[in-house]
Amino acid sequence: MADMIYNFFYWLFGIEIYHFVAVILSVLLVALPVLLAVAMIVWVDRKVWAAIQIRKGPNVVGPFGLMQSFADGLKVFLKETIVPAGANKFLFLMAPALSLIFGLVGWAVLPFAEGYVVSDLNVGILYLFAASSLAVYGVIIAGWASNSRYAFLGAMRSAAQMVSYEVSIGFIMLTVLMVAGSLNLSEIVLAQKSAGLFGFNGYFLTPLMPMFFIFFISALAETNRAPFDLPEAEEEIVAGFQIEYSSMSMALFYLGEYANIILMCGVMSVLFFGGWLPPFDWAPLYYVPPALWLFFKMFIFFFCFSWVKASVPRFRYDQLMRLGWKVFLPMSLIWVVLTSAYVVFIKHAAG
Amino acid sequence: MSLFNHYVRTFLLADLFAGLMLTLKYFFSKKVTINYPHQKGPLSPRFRGEHALRRYEDGEERCIACKLCEAICPAQAITIEAEVMPSGARQTTRYDLDLTKCIFCGYCQEACPVEAIVEGPNFEYATETREELMYDKEKLLASGDRWERQLALNIALDAPYR
Repeated sequence: MADMIYNFFYWLFGIEIYHFVAVILSVLLVALPVLLAVAMIVWVDRKVWAAIQIRKGPNVVGPFGLMQSFADGLKVFLKETIVPAGANKFLFLMAPALSLIFGLVGWAVLPFAEGYVVSDLNVGILYLFAASSLAVYGVIIAGWASNSRYAFLGAMRSAAQMVSYEVSIGFIMLTVLMVAGSLNLSEIVLAQKSAGLFGFNGYFLTPLMPMFFIFFISALAETNRAPFDLPEAEEEIVAGFQIEYSSMSMALFYLGEYANIILMCGVMSVLFFGGWLPPFDWAPLYYVPPALWLFFKMFIFFFCFSWVKASVPRFRYDQLMRLGWKVFLPMSLIWVVLTSAYVVFIKHAAG
Repeated sequence: MSLFNHYVRTFLLADLFAGLMLTLKYFFSKKVTINYPHQKGPLSPRFRGEHALRRYEDGEERCIACKLCEAICPAQAITIEAEVMPSGARQTTRYDLDLTKCIFCGYCQEACPVEAIVEGPNFEYATETREELMYDKEKLLASGDRWERQLALNIALDAPYR
């Protein structure tokens, strides 16, 4: 995308900007809308829960309450940041920043349309996997630096949970990349063109469908969303790793968490629903701008995230571990074996 | 066979989807929220809110300083001092009601023989200081003057059940 900005400036003003300026501009072009999207998606989240609980949700600040998140942000910004006496001050203040950074770095490889990606890494899927794994550090550091029992318990739970579900996420990504034959996210998207039944653009309507459901549930666990929000279980450990945080340091956790959630929605669209491709390989659908298809899919997945949160009660810790290690891991392993068998014996044998 | 069914249901996430469909039904249902400061819910005529001292239509205070309300008040929130006025009527010189003590049981209203002290429909009397909740006679009478129409209506509506 940096090259496009470079060419754009050359075309518009006739000046050649430095390459790093173009890169920074492309990063800002993704990061700022993401932060804006986080604010709006928090509003969507609250509206969906409210609707399911037969309430109306925020509807006072701005039209339909759309400005609610900004009002909350302003309020939180004016509060005092309290650092507990026993806390490790440096780590305590670094953890929320880390959490936000790790929530944003993954966006670098998410393709919004063909060529519209900050960094078109040819190992994009590995990078994404690494970035989503790093998210656990924000939580662990926060839990440890707070010097509080609740925070520490929350951090421990979070570490165990994220590590467990990363394993199956890794295997699921493996099945997809074996079928697509590439680690580059843009190429994975292009490989999905009419890959499914009825000309469906995506691996969802193929034998990989169960992997999507496992990926969806693992993504819930990976982003600490209900029903796997054990690290911040309000009823038992109050707010888990966030307990000692106030003001902007808490808001940064929220930003990071939601940025990660939207990223996961994007990853699901890219891996199983054909990213920026329209749902079906039907010519008129290609007239809609490709990025809109991606945003539409991400929005649907986010709706499902909220829907699940409003419907399903929290898992017990042992149930969470059992699901991760004794159900998802074997199932995704079996699919890895089946997929590799398919790739070796059928796809390659056929030519 | 039932075990087989159980496993099939588990792996197809049947129960989970059934639950999600139920919540989706509520997602589209009509919402019950009342936009509170703009819209208010209905109140019973028996609602016990802010207190009020009522007057007769000619403006004379109803209260005859019998002190039954002071006696029955379980929270001892009411303090009354009385005198005989030059007109010959017994009236209160002091009628203090500590709303921070009051438990809104409505006994004062029940005890009153002349329907002078009543609990009205007003529940929006939050204050910024404790002191403002120490109601004196003047404030109670003012509240009575303000809400008299509603208070009379409520008493009339409730009368058949007494």
